[in-house]
Amino acid sequence: MLDLHGFGDQLLQGAGITIQLALCSLVVGLILGLLGASAKLSHIKPLQWIANFYTTIIRGVPELLTVLIIYFGATTVLMAIAGVFGYEEYIEIGPFAAGVTALGLTFGAYATEVFRGALQAIPKGQHEAAIALGMHPRRKFFRIILPQVWRVALPGIGNLFLVLLKDTALVSVVGLEDIMRKANVAVSNTKEPFLFYLVAAFMYLALTIVSMVVVHYLEKRASRGLTRG
Amino acid sequence: MELDFSVVIEYFPRLLTGTWMTIKLVLLSIVLGAIVALPIALARISKNWFISGVPFAFIFFFRGTPLLVQIFLVYYGASQFEAVRESFLWPMLREPFWCAIIAFTLNTSAYTAEIFRGAIQAIPEGEVEACKVMGMTKMQMYHRILLPRAFGIVLPAYGNEIILMLKASALASTITLLDLTGMARTIIARTYTPIEIFLAAGAIYLVISIFVIYIFRLIEKRQNRYLGTLSIKVPDKG
Repeated sequence: MLDLHGFGDQLLQGAGITIQLALCSLVVGLILGLLGASAKLSHIKPLQWIANFYTTIIRGVPELLTVLIIYFGATTVLMAIAGVFGYEEYIEIGPFAAGVTALGLTFGAYATEVFRGALQAIPKGQHEAAIALGMHPRRKFFRIILPQVWRVALPGIGNLFLVLLKDTALVSVVGLEDIMRKANVAVSNTKEPFLFYLVAAFMYLALTIVSMVVVHYLEKRASRGLTRG
Repeated sequence: MELDFSVVIEYFPRLLTGTWMTIKLVLLSIVLGAIVALPIALARISKNWFISGVPFAFIFFFRGTPLLVQIFLVYYGASQFEAVRESFLWPMLREPFWCAIIAFTLNTSAYTAEIFRGAIQAIPEGEVEACKVMGMTKMQMYHRILLPRAFGIVLPAYGNEIILMLKASALASTITLLDLTGMARTIIARTYTPIEIFLAAGAIYLVISIFVIYIFRLIEKRQNRYLGTLSIKVPDKG
């Protein structure tokens, strides 16, 4: 069996942090994605501009750079804002919060495109039918549009989640105690880099496989209204 | 909050040096990655399990694990073995530059192989049959029809892959390479102006990706020109 020199528990703890980070960023990203897609499809020009600016910038800048900007820049920005309100204490944002912000923003930018495509794929008749039934716009969105958007968008969102899962490793660069960081610590103590990085790689691989299974199940569930026979 | 963008002007030449390193990293690994990817894609298509199994595992590993782990595996991991340290490869594996190139090449070749596979499989069967009916040899068929076709199909996805590679190259800074991100981090360590310098670096990345998108749009237009203008519309069947 593998001899992890007692670092096995540490790595598992790291995996817990990685999963938490991925799920929190997913929630933030999904919300941003839906907002972004709605903004891009809205008739209000400034909203379109903001959404286009957001997706262009985020998709053109490396994820690592986004993480670094938010981790090192957020303190300055937050203190400037707090200063306006007369608060002069030192504010620091932790690696976890910075990671969720950075990865959520990244996920949201890509999800915007996925949701936009899905929203456009809903036939016009569905909107008309809902209006004809006298549904309130909000009700129409949650009852009729969103469930169908979900089905169309799921494969794309699933892929984005796999990318997000791997991007969580970047947050270890600013000191988050995730799988990668724990592996680094283990390496500096045991001088067995190949072993620990390979174990870390397989942990990510396991998380990827689990996510793929879950996405596959969700896809099946989301399209159960369509399967015949 | 006061932003002082004069540091950006002062350190701009150094940022450009970093940019050049980034471009070198991306170009080398993209070219090497494409060369490695082609045989992997062809083997992956094979119906024989012995031939398609290994590429499948290769692709699955490199697409399923973070690039950061892969870089660390090559840069720190390889040195764990005495045999590696004494081999002729050591002068290369000691250099962070070549470690980054190796990791990036393997990583991008896994993604590129899947893109190539998709393109080759996307060519309609009828075109292959048409070539045979015309009496073309296999060489002629690949040279005149299939490869140019696959090239046209592959372009949009391949352009995306290059931009992803450009962004992934920022990870080279984690193994002490002074690429654009690495250079930005060293400048910041001296000037304590993270927002200004990082924003400048981000802007340079943005300019490079817009340039890549533009180039690919041009090639795509040229490559797919036989598809004609939109004025010729094929009526729908039925």
